[in-house]
Amino acid sequence: MSTGANPRQYVISIIFIGVASVILLRLFFLQNFEPKYKILANDIAIYKKVVYPPRGAVLDRKGKVLLSNTVIYDLMVTPRNIPKNLDTAQFCAALDIDKKTFINIMRRVQERNIDVRQSPFIEQMSQEQAARFQENGYLFTGFEPVERNIRAYEKPIAGILLGYIGEVSPEMLKRPRYSSYRQGDYAGLSGLEWQYEEVLRGQRGVHYLERDKFNRPRDPYKGGILDSQEVSGKQLELYLDADLQEYAEKLMANKIGSVVAIDPQTGGILAMVSSPTYDPNLLRGHDRAKNYAALYRKPTRPLFNRATQAMYPPGSTIKPFTGLVALNVGAIGPNYGYGCRGSYGACSRAIACEHKDAGHAANFRLALAHSCNSYFCHIFRMTVDFKNFNSVKEGLQSWHDYYNNFSFGKLTGIDIPFEKGGAVPDSNKYNSMYHFNWNSCTIVFVGMGQGELLLTPLQMANGMCIIANKGWYYTPHFVKSIGKNPNDSLLKKFHDKHVVLNIPDSTFSVVQQAMQDVVESGTAAGAKIEGITVCAKTGTAENKAIVNGEVIKMQNHSMFVAFAPRENPKIAIAVALENAGFGATWAAPIASLMMEKYLKDSVSVKRKAMEDKMLNANLINKYVFTIDSVLRLRDAAKYQARQERKWEADSIKRAEDLAMYRYWFESQLKKIKK
Amino acid sequence: MTSLRKALFYRIDGVVLLLYVMLVTVGIMAVFSVEHHTTDVSIFMMNKNYMKQFVWFGYSLLFGFVILLTDSKFFSSFAFLIYTIAIAVLVITIFAGVDVKGSRSWLGIGSFRFQPGEVAKIFTSMALAKYLSLPETNFKTLKDKLIAAAIAMAPAILILLQKETGLALVYFCFFLVMYREGLPNAILVIGFSLIGLVLASLLIERKTLFVVLTVLAILIGWLIRIPLRRRMAPRIILTVSFLFAVLFSQVAVPFVFKHVLQRHQIDRIYSTLGKEVPDEYDKTMVVGEDKKINSSEYNVLQSKIAIGSGGFWGKGFLNGTSTKNQFVPEQHTDFIFCAIGEQFGFIGSAGLVLLYISLILRIVFIAERQRSVFTRVYSYCVACILFFHFAVNISMTIGLMPVIGITLPFLSYGGSSLMSFSILIFILVRLDADRQALIR
Repeated sequence: MSTGANPRQYVISIIFIGVASVILLRLFFLQNFEPKYKILANDIAIYKKVVYPPRGAVLDRKGKVLLSNTVIYDLMVTPRNIPKNLDTAQFCAALDIDKKTFINIMRRVQERNIDVRQSPFIEQMSQEQAARFQENGYLFTGFEPVERNIRAYEKPIAGILLGYIGEVSPEMLKRPRYSSYRQGDYAGLSGLEWQYEEVLRGQRGVHYLERDKFNRPRDPYKGGILDSQEVSGKQLELYLDADLQEYAEKLMANKIGSVVAIDPQTGGILAMVSSPTYDPNLLRGHDRAKNYAALYRKPTRPLFNRATQAMYPPGSTIKPFTGLVALNVGAIGPNYGYGCRGSYGACSRAIACEHKDAGHAANFRLALAHSCNSYFCHIFRMTVDFKNFNSVKEGLQSWHDYYNNFSFGKLTGIDIPFEKGGAVPDSNKYNSMYHFNWNSCTIVFVGMGQGELLLTPLQMANGMCIIANKGWYYTPHFVKSIGKNPNDSLLKKFHDKHVVLNIPDSTFSVVQQAMQDVVESGTAAGAKIEGITVCAKTGTAENKAIVNGEVIKMQNHSMFVAFAPRENPKIAIAVALENAGFGATWAAPIASLMMEKYLKDSVSVKRKAMEDKMLNANLINKYVFTIDSVLRLRDAAKYQARQERKWEADSIKRAEDLAMYRYWFESQLKKIKK
Repeated sequence: MTSLRKALFYRIDGVVLLLYVMLVTVGIMAVFSVEHHTTDVSIFMMNKNYMKQFVWFGYSLLFGFVILLTDSKFFSSFAFLIYTIAIAVLVITIFAGVDVKGSRSWLGIGSFRFQPGEVAKIFTSMALAKYLSLPETNFKTLKDKLIAAAIAMAPAILILLQKETGLALVYFCFFLVMYREGLPNAILVIGFSLIGLVLASLLIERKTLFVVLTVLAILIGWLIRIPLRRRMAPRIILTVSFLFAVLFSQVAVPFVFKHVLQRHQIDRIYSTLGKEVPDEYDKTMVVGEDKKINSSEYNVLQSKIAIGSGGFWGKGFLNGTSTKNQFVPEQHTDFIFCAIGEQFGFIGSAGLVLLYISLILRIVFIAERQRSVFTRVYSYCVACILFFHFAVNISMTIGLMPVIGITLPFLSYGGSSLMSFSILIFILVRLDADRQALIR
């Protein structure tokens, strides 16, 4: 058998080669023509990790940090890595929890996840817990503090301006603004955080990591060539003066109202307070929802930005503008006088004036200084009835156009969201109110800032800028530069100079002179600042409210507008205090103190007593709570009604759908039967 | 003495040794690739399996060197003695074995553990070679055939008793060796027919299969109607084989599935066929309960994902996302082929298959150039064992065969496995060096 070639060696060789060929063939098809395995392999083994860059910081005009980021720690646990002999008592002592809590958390962790994966044990450890844990950290293997970035407000000021961030909701994700967001992302929800979201958020990075079968991330995939690097958010530099803002918030404590201070030369907002304020640090971290609900329920409504959203009748503070329009259309000259005897009786109902002495309205300067109601009602009527206009409607339209140019009755375009535009009535408004049956007497209250005229404090402050600058203004805004670039495309619109209808400088000079007299010899003597020419106007706005079905005349709103210095205006300010009384009593001193603080960096000792009085005053109206509950009841009823309508519509639609379906089903049945 | 050493050095077969070293190197590299992480401080970490494998390779070479220095007559002289010892050790293992995942096939001495079943292949090969090369053996007689079969099958039965089915199946490859030595051609026909019959009875419904078999029998009867009419033998053969086929498919297969095979084995077989396990074989099935996911399907799917995602050129060394991250179970031992398939693609895996088949065909070539029967039979044994391991292991990773726990020679991590295959090869090389001499 050992001699000569045995044919069976070939049979065996052929079997070997045959089987090997089958294997090769299978491999060939498996590796070249079944792409699904490639997709599956990537699905199971590649983990896309999204890295969020820190959001941009926000600085004030002097470079002080208002809003930045801080690191907090989440305590993570990997149950498998916990040693059997973990000293639970010591662990609980370090974290200041009891054993029961520990067991509960561990049970929840184990129910939720497999034991090789990291799960949160305590989210957002307190400073104390973190410090104590890290002292003994080496003892507690299996537990690991993981750092996380959250927003940090350096001082509890300017909360409503800076806004807050929160997780985007599923409804928000449907909107185009949030098209690049995903569930779990954070976005600015109000204030500057909302407005400058695009630049503050930066660009998130995506890192591709390989993961093992326990879903634990391992090495970078393909050495990281597919990764995109995260880009930090840009920093915002504001015009806001943190010291002035803090001072203003102190002055406004226990008062309801708002303060807006603008630099007339740039349109930059120096301070904006909506009182009562809240600590913005409440609206971050995991207690945000709870705190938000508490703030929302407060009757004083701290989340409502009164500076841009509340609309008040401006009262006497509108008088410079009434005069400005009257002078410019030529209805009166600066020397025009009116013989007021304590009331204005030219129309059917007499309008009271504070002053009775003769000659208190002998010319424009005197009339404004003494805030003569008769005078301004009269010149308003003269304006709308002016001979150059064919009718009172045309006159009113012209007046309306002037006011629109002062940015009254329309949005100023400030860079925080949800601004309100106020209301400036036009002929359409009165046509519908009075069925085309009205004349200048019907609307005379508008001349003294009552009636249908409503302005926001922001608009009032912006109006002061126009008078201070003698006819031009920049759109009021907060942000000076984005990422140290003052010419960022987002800020372009704030560099447009708005010129108001070519009113001559001389007209403005007359008004400015009159406003200077208001401080020096008129109603706002308390607003005088040593060494600075202040131009101002007080206001006392009447207002009513409906409480339990009765119309109640409420305490007047205390209003004040001013700018200083007259020669080289650096600050224009508007103060509105709800239901506080005379403008000269409360609003004027607050504005004056703020101007002094800003222009002189400190308040003189002489005014200490006044400062203390302002700081300590509590002017919250007793009706606030009643009115608030009434309003909330009304809102709840409205909401209920809306929901019911919606349910009704839904049920009708469902019934229709069912009918349609039945119809379709029966037609199918008929077809089958045929 | 010097001249003899030199002569020995020139007589050993370089091709086999070269292929052997290449395969082991590929194996260490593959184990390295599935265990190395970029975060590792050093690549020389003694606690990692690839370093252990490297050390085992060193021991293997040392042992191989000793074998090369041994007189070739030693192996034939002591074949029966060592075989007897091996059988005794296998018997001891049944009772004293360490329990690993339900099987008692490992023997532990201190911290050192090895699998006697793995090593017994060498001694069975030698015993079989010795028996067939005995001058008094006449392989044409039925008695000698039965004795040879008994020598080959005894360890298999003992290993079956240790519940290590995969390893026991390896011993069936000795029938191929016996075929070379003179088993009738019919053994191949019967073998392949049996495989076909098993597959058919699993794939086709039982009653349909009965009809098919009957039709087939009538058809064959009609085709060979002339010999049938003339002689008795064909009639008997046809009737017996028909009856056997029917009984086998209708009674034996269901019996084995119901009473012999275990749950996981049934799972593996049916998942390879791509079918659901029928209710009658499903032992853990509770009425009204949903079917559980077939666990072996997961292994094979992960293995196919790894190999299939490699593509033509592969993902590159150390870039295997599936194998590096432990998605494939047993990927450093039984499923090591995944590492090659994923990282080196079709090119790499085809290269590996070619490497194996060249080694096996080279051994067949060596076998045929021997003067002594002992060496020839032994060489065939080595070739068949290697072939069986290689074919079954790769087939199971790509889903051509049910998952059977046997290793890929030279590549899989494991001291017993590497050591025993190295000894097989080195004894072969030693015997081949004396191919001009007659060894009995």
